Order: sequence, then structure tokens, then C-alpha cells
Amino acid sequence: MNNIWLILIATILVNNFVFSYFLGICPFLGVSGKASSAIGMGFAATFVMTMTAFVTWLINRYILIPYNLEFLETVSFILVIASLVQFVEMFLKKVIPSLYKALGIFLPLITTNCIVLGLALLGSMRNYNLLENVVFGFGAGIGFTLALTIMAGIREEIEFADVPEPLKGGGITLIIAGLLALAFMGFSGMLGGG
Amino acid sequence: MKKAFVNGLVKENPVLVGLLGLCSVLAVSNTAINSVFMAAAVTFVLVFSSLIISIIRKIIPDQVRIPSFIVVIATFVTIADLFLKAYFPEISKNLGPFVPLIVVNCIILARQEAFASKNPVHYALADALGMSIGYSWVIILLGIVRELLGFGTIFGHRVLGAWFHPFVVMLLPPGAFITLGVMVGTMRWIQAKASKS
Repeated sequence: MNNIWLILIATILVNNFVFSYFLGICPFLGVSGKASSAIGMGFAATFVMTMTAFVTWLINRYILIPYNLEFLETVSFILVIASLVQFVEMFLKKVIPSLYKALGIFLPLITTNCIVLGLALLGSMRNYNLLENVVFGFGAGIGFTLALTIMAGIREEIEFADVPEPLKGGGITLIIAGLLALAFMGFSGMLGGG
Repeated sequence: MKKAFVNGLVKENPVLVGLLGLCSVLAVSNTAINSVFMAAAVTFVLVFSSLIISIIRKIIPDQVRIPSFIVVIATFVTIADLFLKAYFPEISKNLGPFVPLIVVNCIILARQEAFASKNPVHYALADALGMSIGYSWVIILLGIVRELLGFGTIFGHRVLGAWFHPFVVMLLPPGAFITLGVMVGTMRWIQAKASKS
């Protein structure tokens, strides 16, 4: 049980996917202009990532490894993720149309988002068991939501700040991300110097 | 045709202007040599995927084009990944999951969607080459800057003397974000100057 908590805390704070693995940077820069859409995007991603962690673990353990097909890892994971996202999209369109509208183009973009495939690949490198892998996926999603929300909050403030002309948009966002990454490095002492 | 090639170099640089494909740019640019290998892998995948997709563009049904692109791209990514694992195991370890992650690199999919699937082969190739070079010079420059400030070396050769105290932070994630942010800003500034004069 301890192990599960450790994985959860580690993926949310210490090894936050955005700030220490640089995964999910595109939506991080693109969607994070508004706090409300940042949260929606974050939860959509968390949902997809938890499901992905579950499904890819099964595929890896029961199909790829027994038949020595590990070299197909990339191809098979991306196909699974693409179908999952399609499913989430249809689900949201039916059940929460307002959220579906707010997410707009970003939902299909989750497919081609490194954070989901990165999660699947990192998970398969780490030899987690099924529960650990699902927690790993969930934690990564929450960490991503956290990063998006913090960034959105800062950017709403930045709107009113006097940013030098060339740094407006991408430049200042990257520099803020750097400072946030620096802050998140502070968490690395939390887990026994880990 | 020349325009298709030149576009990606500076004016529509996929990284600095388009802000695409940042994951790999930020993650593996901690040393110059890693950047060079990453740039080569991306170039290989982008050029060959554009070639194939441009050739088969008329037989791909519109509804399933994205999955088809992804399968083509994933094939070349797997080739690149296995090649690196076999011949450069050390580098492959450094690059970690970022070589397989080229599959979801926005630059590559964006070029297929926006260009290769709509244009004849030689244009698609010119575009892919231009974009690859645009990506490559940014990631290699970033790698050189980070390695220089983080270790005092370039491609493993010491260039700054013993007086230099390395900034460890340049090798860590914050250094990557901040350096790229400064590069994006500098690029904008130069472009704004150039368009005024």
C-alpha cells in the first residue's frame, strides 16, 4: 500500500510529467490561457491516461511479451490511444456537450500528445504491476492537471502585465514554465532524497 | 518549390515560431551530441513519412487519414528506434522514450496533414527537408548552449577553462525551458527588426 502512495506522490509532484519529463508541452502552452478550459483539458487527459495505463499494461503483458512482439510497442500503443480518445470524444459529446465545446480541438490532440504515449512507454519500462501502473497513469494525469491549472492562473495575470513585445506569447510562457520547474525541483527532496 | 523548402528554416520554423514538437526539443537537448542524434532521427522520420504519404495521398480515404498517417510515421519511428538501439546503445539510452515519442511529435503529423497529403512528391520532400533543418538547427543550438553552460564543453571538448563554474541548472528541466524561451524571444525580436527595415 505504501508503494502505491509513493508512486502517486512521486508522479504528481516529484517527477511531474510536464516539469521533469517535458511531456504534454503542446497543450500546456496552447490551452493554458484560461483556467476553466485548463481544468477540463486536465480531467479529460487524466481520464484518458488512467484508461491508457490500464489497457496498455494488459496488451504489453498478455500480447506483446508472450509473443516477443515488444518491437511493436510504439505502433500498438498509439493505435489503442487513438481509439480511446475517439471514445472519450463521443462520450463527452453526448453527456457533457458544453465541456466538449470548450475543449474544441484539444481533445483529438490528446491522441497526438506525447504525455499519453509517454506514459504508456515509461510504464512498460518500469515493470509495474497492474494496480501500480494504473496509479502511475492517474498520478501523471493529476500532475498534468496541476501544471496546466497553475500555468493558466499565472497567464491570466500576465495578460495585464507589461511583457516586452518579443517575449509575448510563447517566450514568456516558456520562461515561466522554467521558473515553475525550478520550484517543482524543490519537491525532489521530499521522498528520502529521491 | 524553393519556397516550400525555405519556409521551414526561419519564417515558419516549426519550433521557434510554431512552438511544435517541444517535448523532444526540451528533453534531449542537454548535450550537443544527443541533440544531433535526435535531429537526425526526426529528419529521417519526417522525410520518409512525407515521401510515402505524398505518394499514397490519393488512395487514403479522408475519414481515416489521421490513423493512416500515424501508422506510416510509427513504422519509420520503429526503424529509427531499433537502429539506434542496435548501433548506438549508449545514445539510445540517453534519448530514452523520446525516440519512440517521435510518433506523436506534432511537427511530423502537422506536416503530413497540412502539406504532404495535399502536394506532389517533390514539393512534399522539399517541405519535409526544410522543416527538418529548421528543427535541427534549433535543437542543436539549444544543445550547444546548454552543454556549454552546464558542463563548459561542446561535443565533449572542454572549451571553457578551469575558471568556469558550471551552471548545473542548465542541464535540468528549468534550464531547457528558460533557454528556449529566450531563443523564442530573440527570434521574434530579430524578425520584428527585419520586417521594419
